[in-house]
Amino acid sequence: MALKDLPKEEYVLPGSAACPGCPATIGLRIVLKALGKDTILVVPACCTAVIESWYPSSSFNVPLLNIAFAASAAAASGITSALKKQGKENINVVVWAGDGGTYDIGIQAMSGAFERETDFIYICYNNQIYSNTGIQRSGATPYSAWTTTTVGGKREFQKDMGAIVRAHNIPYVATACISYPEDLYRKVSKAKEIRGSKYIEILAPCPPGWRFSMDRTIEMGRLAVETGVWPLYEYENGKMTFNGISKAIFEKKFKRKPVEEWLKLQGRCAHLFKPKKDEERIKKFQRHVDEMWEKFRREFS
Amino acid sequence: MKVVIDTGNHIAALAAKLAKPDVVAAYPITPQTTVVEKIAEYVEKGEFYGDYICVESEHSAMSACIGASAAGARTFTATSSHGLLLMHEMLHWAALARLPIVMVNVNRAVGPGWNIWSDQNDSIAQRDTGWIQIFCSSNQEIFDTTIQAFKLAEHKDVQLPVMVCYDGFILSHTSMPVKVPDEKDIDEFLPKREPQWLLDVDNPVTHGNIIMPKDYPKIRKAMQEAQEKAKELIPKIAEEWKERFGTYHGGLIEKYRCEDADYILISYAALGAESKVAIDKMRKEGIKIGLARLRSFRPFPVEDIASLAKESDLIVIDRSISLGMEGPVFTEVKASLYGISGSKVYGFIAGLGGKDVTFKDIEKMCKKVVEDRYEGYEWYGIEG
Repeated sequence: MALKDLPKEEYVLPGSAACPGCPATIGLRIVLKALGKDTILVVPACCTAVIESWYPSSSFNVPLLNIAFAASAAAASGITSALKKQGKENINVVVWAGDGGTYDIGIQAMSGAFERETDFIYICYNNQIYSNTGIQRSGATPYSAWTTTTVGGKREFQKDMGAIVRAHNIPYVATACISYPEDLYRKVSKAKEIRGSKYIEILAPCPPGWRFSMDRTIEMGRLAVETGVWPLYEYENGKMTFNGISKAIFEKKFKRKPVEEWLKLQGRCAHLFKPKKDEERIKKFQRHVDEMWEKFRREFS
Repeated sequence: MKVVIDTGNHIAALAAKLAKPDVVAAYPITPQTTVVEKIAEYVEKGEFYGDYICVESEHSAMSACIGASAAGARTFTATSSHGLLLMHEMLHWAALARLPIVMVNVNRAVGPGWNIWSDQNDSIAQRDTGWIQIFCSSNQEIFDTTIQAFKLAEHKDVQLPVMVCYDGFILSHTSMPVKVPDEKDIDEFLPKREPQWLLDVDNPVTHGNIIMPKDYPKIRKAMQEAQEKAKELIPKIAEEWKERFGTYHGGLIEKYRCEDADYILISYAALGAESKVAIDKMRKEGIKIGLARLRSFRPFPVEDIASLAKESDLIVIDRSISLGMEGPVFTEVKASLYGISGSKVYGFIAGLGGKDVTFKDIEKMCKKVVEDRYEGYEWYGIEG
């Protein structure tokens, strides 16, 4: 489906409290167009809790339950059970959580909900930091990135959340990026039709968090995919399918751009280039991405 | 109506079954475990109306209850001690979200060291979460109170969660006969829940978003008003139950032989039942002493306590301790009398971590006061 053919209905209303260039609102717009009116959102502490705007106003036109940081997947389980008793199983129950709420504090509840085969969609919008609290490291923050709690650059790589979720053997796992709205729309639409637990993780480049200009959000997402830092895929019933440029990368039909091209545009990685270029860390970052793709090929060819 | 002889935990599970919650989400913990096991057994046999979610922690148990209740479901859970402590964040959430969840908490001491026996420190530590808290002293009271709790929680003027507390092992694992009304009569007493707000796709609202300082105090004040309303409704609902089914355990407090008393003992939970034996014995000896067994800890029955002190001095036994202060009920009893009564209040701490407190111990504590041997606030029965 082309972008112009997406439904005209808007469920994210004008007047939200998001930053200019915010990837979360871009993602939410597409996601809610795919989900439609019969959707209940569960939102833990994250930027979206601010984007909603404050009581008694709201920038959402679907019912939304705010919930404590660690609690979203469990709350979704409760909603799903209640709706089942009411015979309203047509309603989409959707967690919309950040990477902190997914990779870190919310992982237990998420894992539990997946193990129980809860019929819901868990969407993680991953901006690779605790952005709501002012840019602290999370389990999703990449190696070498500056945050206010990794002042010299993060020393560790991010968790392989895709592998963690795939290990739960849920029927649908997908990655997406706000720079590819048709792909995102298609994936959410597909997840909506599948019973059981679905997981979609959306890369969400954050201008203030990553330190880039607010007009470059889309470009930052595209570069993440083209450098292979962020793979786009769907994993359905044990079968892996890479999508778009990631498919071409997987099949070696597209030569990945060097990660340096992505890193150098981000202020959070400025220390890798100034005052002098930190070849060692850039190489280590590149090697990690290379190894990820080698692992994909070993596992899924 | 039939008589069932069973343990406190099984009776709580039976009450939950008859209250017909749409959703139960729970996690096992000693000594609550046989509540969830019994519910699982009902589910397996197809005898349980609701959907049962076996969550992976108590934090998730309460979170799932919140989600379910927000979607309009009648919701039940059960926990104990560390489980209750793990829920703490979500207890606040449930109350502030004004969700009428009912939970039984099987009172158990807090570790370390690990101690699975009874005291009330686990639930009393949740005092300021906004939950209504009621202590039981018999299996019949567990049954009656659990079903009444749904009516109370779901009342349009209350809309607060209710915690029904009873002592681990002393009640949870002790069998007693319990009068169980017919299902249809309970259905009549407890009609279906009518949610006051709801996650509804046809009327989309955002619940719990950012609230500015100008508005936040209003939601707190509304909760306090709901607690005040509960103070009226707890006795009313208990009376209605008595009229329909014949069993009764008091309102906010249960008064026992308080007429012409020089002294009134205030105790709660299982210790409250044991106290009656001590009172009978002392009355036989001619001591003018009565008992006010505290049922409702939140809302706290300030007026009832004050009325006790009109002509009597008060003796309080706490099976819990607010460290750095004193027994929590002792403090609150004194606060209830401030500026309106010159009565004396004597306090004891007893039975922490399941240390046995018999009627003889209660008698000894009371006699220290009656015989003018009280030397100030006392930890009773500490050995060595």
